[in-house]
Amino acid sequence: MNKSVSRREFLINSARLATTTTLIATGLLSYSKYSYSLPAKAIRPPGALNEKAFNAACIRCGLCVNDCPFPTLSLATLKDDVALGTPFFTAREAGCEMCDDIPCVKACPTGALDKNLTDINDAKMGLARIVDTKGCIAYQGLRCEVCFNVCPIRGKAITIEMRHNKRSGKHTMFIPIVNYDHCTGCGKCEQACIMEEAVIKVLPTKLAMGKRQDHYKLGWEEKQKSGKSLVSPDIEHKYNLPEGKKYDLQGKGLTDVKVESSLDNALDTLNKFNPLFDIKSK
Amino acid sequence: MKKKINICQKTGLDAQKSKGWLGANKYLIMRRISQLSILFVFLLGPWFGIWIVKGNLTSSLTLDTLPLTDPYVLLQSFFAGHSIIKDALIGALIVIVFYLVVGGRVFCSWVCPVNIVTDAANWLRCKLGVQNKGGGITSKTRYWLLAMSFILAFVTGSVVWELVNPVSILHRGIIFGMSFGWGLIALIFLFDLLVVNKGWCSRLCPVGAFYSLLGKGSLLRVSAKNRDDCTDCLECFSVCPESQIIRPALKGQGSDIILDGNCTNCGRCIDICEPDVFSYTTRFKKNTTK
Repeated sequence: MNKSVSRREFLINSARLATTTTLIATGLLSYSKYSYSLPAKAIRPPGALNEKAFNAACIRCGLCVNDCPFPTLSLATLKDDVALGTPFFTAREAGCEMCDDIPCVKACPTGALDKNLTDINDAKMGLARIVDTKGCIAYQGLRCEVCFNVCPIRGKAITIEMRHNKRSGKHTMFIPIVNYDHCTGCGKCEQACIMEEAVIKVLPTKLAMGKRQDHYKLGWEEKQKSGKSLVSPDIEHKYNLPEGKKYDLQGKGLTDVKVESSLDNALDTLNKFNPLFDIKSK
Repeated sequence: MKKKINICQKTGLDAQKSKGWLGANKYLIMRRISQLSILFVFLLGPWFGIWIVKGNLTSSLTLDTLPLTDPYVLLQSFFAGHSIIKDALIGALIVIVFYLVVGGRVFCSWVCPVNIVTDAANWLRCKLGVQNKGGGITSKTRYWLLAMSFILAFVTGSVVWELVNPVSILHRGIIFGMSFGWGLIALIFLFDLLVVNKGWCSRLCPVGAFYSLLGKGSLLRVSAKNRDDCTDCLECFSVCPESQIIRPALKGQGSDIILDGNCTNCGRCIDICEPDVFSYTTRFKKNTTK
């Protein structure tokens, strides 16, 4: 009798505890889903593992924040949309200054910031993209180049491409181009962008980059890699144009050519006016 | 039905008469000094630029040499799928050894900032005479929450409990910025005051549950050495955050040492006991007089 009562009590108590725990767990699970969706504007410190691994590894001690010599890094509070207590920075407010000795990575006790990152230029905190070419005044033909000039890897991560200004017909546009290979995602460009809302933004690498399937091979790259063309025979492209016509790719396009004397062989006639031959002879 | 006298309201008055105010509050004062000075040392850096300690209670670096890491958080990280690296492991081992010596839940009563909040709630509850019982939340619940925190870490692959852990939220918040975190702390206070008596620290908190497991084998203990002098005033039961742990040592036939891992070594029972039944000792010190 006694025994059955205590067993009954035990079962009821266990069920009660299990219910309470499950209730809390359910709430916590749904909160965590919301909590761990990192907004695009929040950037992790250099060397941060991919977001999933980072959320397992970071214990929110703030040692990286303490050792950051600039007011860049902070730990998320409840008013940020970032998982509570995890370190992040917002490029528009303060970009990463890319210290040579990477003190934040050194300070991390758990390896959430990967110690294998020893050269700050190898960091991939994100990727800067000009998200609004209409908004960017350089694309409108105005001189700016602020992002190019503040870039810590100046001349590599952001280069200036000169383009013809079609609108005016006589000016050059100085277009900033972000280069994937060198951009660390430090965010100095976004911070410095002089537009009211930055037109160059650091995005999470995943968001900023597409991915090409492996079966797309770029012939010229493959050629360089293997030392010879993978396509055989490796022939120069030729235009098969009728007599008296000439095609200039960079110039005026299809034009008439005055034929001085006709040749017997039709193929010779065609090749004679092939612009590629002209280039070769130059 | 007879009206119950609220013991908590007269607790310590007799001891105060015989030992003086200081004598009857000695360990309480020392605990507050300990809790606040630990917090203060952490704040010296961000507030005054004096960097003795960096980080917070989950992981810190003292004088650029001594690493300390909370083993509970590290274990969550491990369950979430992260392989623990040397730096954090050394810090955690130092902490584990420390608490094995002084008592696992010494963290709760001498270090944890939430203890100040819940002690305040408990004090006010007594002053206002608020009657609240367990409400079905037993002191076992914390072990379920402890297990839950590990299981959730494993399932989600992230350190989920740290999203809501009031212990780290309060300590980290004071140092690194709190914002709405105060709301959660206020909730804990109100929960303890109005809903469940000693609800957070003694029934729910998985951090305490974790450290109680460490405390099962810890060296420093409280003993009811002079239990023969006990006057059955029940004040120690009233003041103890884990009152269920006293009986075996005080009223049992066996060892007079409180061996339960949930004893926080707060020393409050030593403070308020008029006949000085309790004192600190080690777990190996056998009382030979009886």
